[in-house]
Amino acid sequence: MFDDFFIRALFAGIGIALVTGPLGCFVVWRRLSYFGDTLAHSALLGVTMAYTLDLNIAISVFLISSVIALILIQLQKKTNLPGDALLGLLAHSSLAVGLVVIGFLTFIRFDIMGLLFGDILAVTIDDLLIIWTGGALILLVLKLIWKPLFASTVNYELAEAEGLNPDRAKAIFTILMAAVIAISIKMVGLLLITGMLIIPAAMARNISDSPQKMVIFSIIGGLLSVVLGLYSSLEFNTSSGPSIIAASLVLFILSLFKIKQSIKLKN
Amino acid sequence: MSSENSTLVKLNNAGFKQNDKWLVEGVSLTVVKGKIVTLIGPNGSGKSTTAKIALGIYKNIEGSVEKYTNKVGYVPQKISIDWTLPLRVYDFMLLTENIKDEAIDEALTLTGVIHLKNKNLGNLSGGEFQRVLIARAISKKPELLVLDEPVQGVDYTGEIALYELIKRISDTLNCGILLISHDLHTVMTATDHVVCLNGHVCCSGSPMDVAKNNEYKTLFGEQASQILSVYEHKHDHVHSDEGEIKKN
Repeated sequence: MFDDFFIRALFAGIGIALVTGPLGCFVVWRRLSYFGDTLAHSALLGVTMAYTLDLNIAISVFLISSVIALILIQLQKKTNLPGDALLGLLAHSSLAVGLVVIGFLTFIRFDIMGLLFGDILAVTIDDLLIIWTGGALILLVLKLIWKPLFASTVNYELAEAEGLNPDRAKAIFTILMAAVIAISIKMVGLLLITGMLIIPAAMARNISDSPQKMVIFSIIGGLLSVVLGLYSSLEFNTSSGPSIIAASLVLFILSLFKIKQSIKLKN
Repeated sequence: MSSENSTLVKLNNAGFKQNDKWLVEGVSLTVVKGKIVTLIGPNGSGKSTTAKIALGIYKNIEGSVEKYTNKVGYVPQKISIDWTLPLRVYDFMLLTENIKDEAIDEALTLTGVIHLKNKNLGNLSGGEFQRVLIARAISKKPELLVLDEPVQGVDYTGEIALYELIKRISDTLNCGILLISHDLHTVMTATDHVVCLNGHVCCSGSPMDVAKNNEYKTLFGEQASQILSVYEHKHDHVHSDEGEIKKN
């Protein structure tokens, strides 16, 4: 059944949406949108490394993104620059360096558009394996660190005082972010991965009154975006990434009506 | 009072420096099971800092802190919660530990906010939120309770009831309490040990001892000293050398 490229893409997308749903909620809650963007941009460097050293793309992207995250933490400690400036510095310089390196690798043909915006044709059985095993691992680890991560998201000092070790949870979460970007880069493309994390979670925030509900709606929103996006991508012959993100935007706009209704009910 | 196994947290000459400025230094104190230790002192005297040192929130401290329990309930003085989170009172009660529903209901009933259980945390008033914070801290049946100005923003009758509740919890759960308060009046009735801070420990001891202390008098004024004195029980008898009671 996985012979059909479209079925492969569908299953890849479903696997990604199951992971980006809960992770995206934390990205929204902890205000990490630009952090996600930075890691995603550095993924291009990971892809070029994969080609030059003949590594698996997902593993290579994961390594580079983790290194960038570590560098960011060091720069935050050593410099007085504000966080957003450091994020911008790393995001754009790693993107630029990645593109420069591609220029040197004249012996390999790159599908730059596919890298930036995702390509459903590119999803192989191996990719499916990486997405589903990697995704299952990410969700398992997230489940294990949920309590300290969530508690420190609400209030760091409470979590620390009551013995939950929030610093460790934060460090592990950073690695999970790098991992989710690594497994979804082929599907959504590096410019749009953060959209997959944020938009379904933002949609879910509009219609949820508890953290659990927000996670569930975020997953459902991601799944719907993948299915709608991929079918329209097939129909209109558009890139898979933008189609999925556009579908999630439509869901977000629909969720705005729900907010209006609940405000009216209150009055 | 300090038999080793009942000690919950012990500060030895502890201090904390931020940007080359001492927030507090040279604090030694011990919180034991079933006793209430109260920190008093003017604004900026390092009360909250001392509490955070005891809780292990500050890492690079001078001196040492020995913590013998991990069952801790904390009511911070300031808490900023980000409203990008959809959070009900019920979710907040489960924040650091999975607590049974009955225990949650019991704690919310004790602090008088059970009717708010399913309300969004962002819609509570300051006093209501403070009661939820206390409920959350006591619902996990901690061995050590650290309460930093726990009744701020609570109405006057509620304030007295909550202090009585705190005293009762210390007795029933046999937990040690580190309490920070400005309200000398209400606090002193329940306190076993007072530590008076002003960047360092000015004086410490029983409420009476502290009230008599000259440094305390200069810090808080003669009137505050009289407030404390009110709680001294008047003796109507003295003991003879043989232990017989003699009426005055």
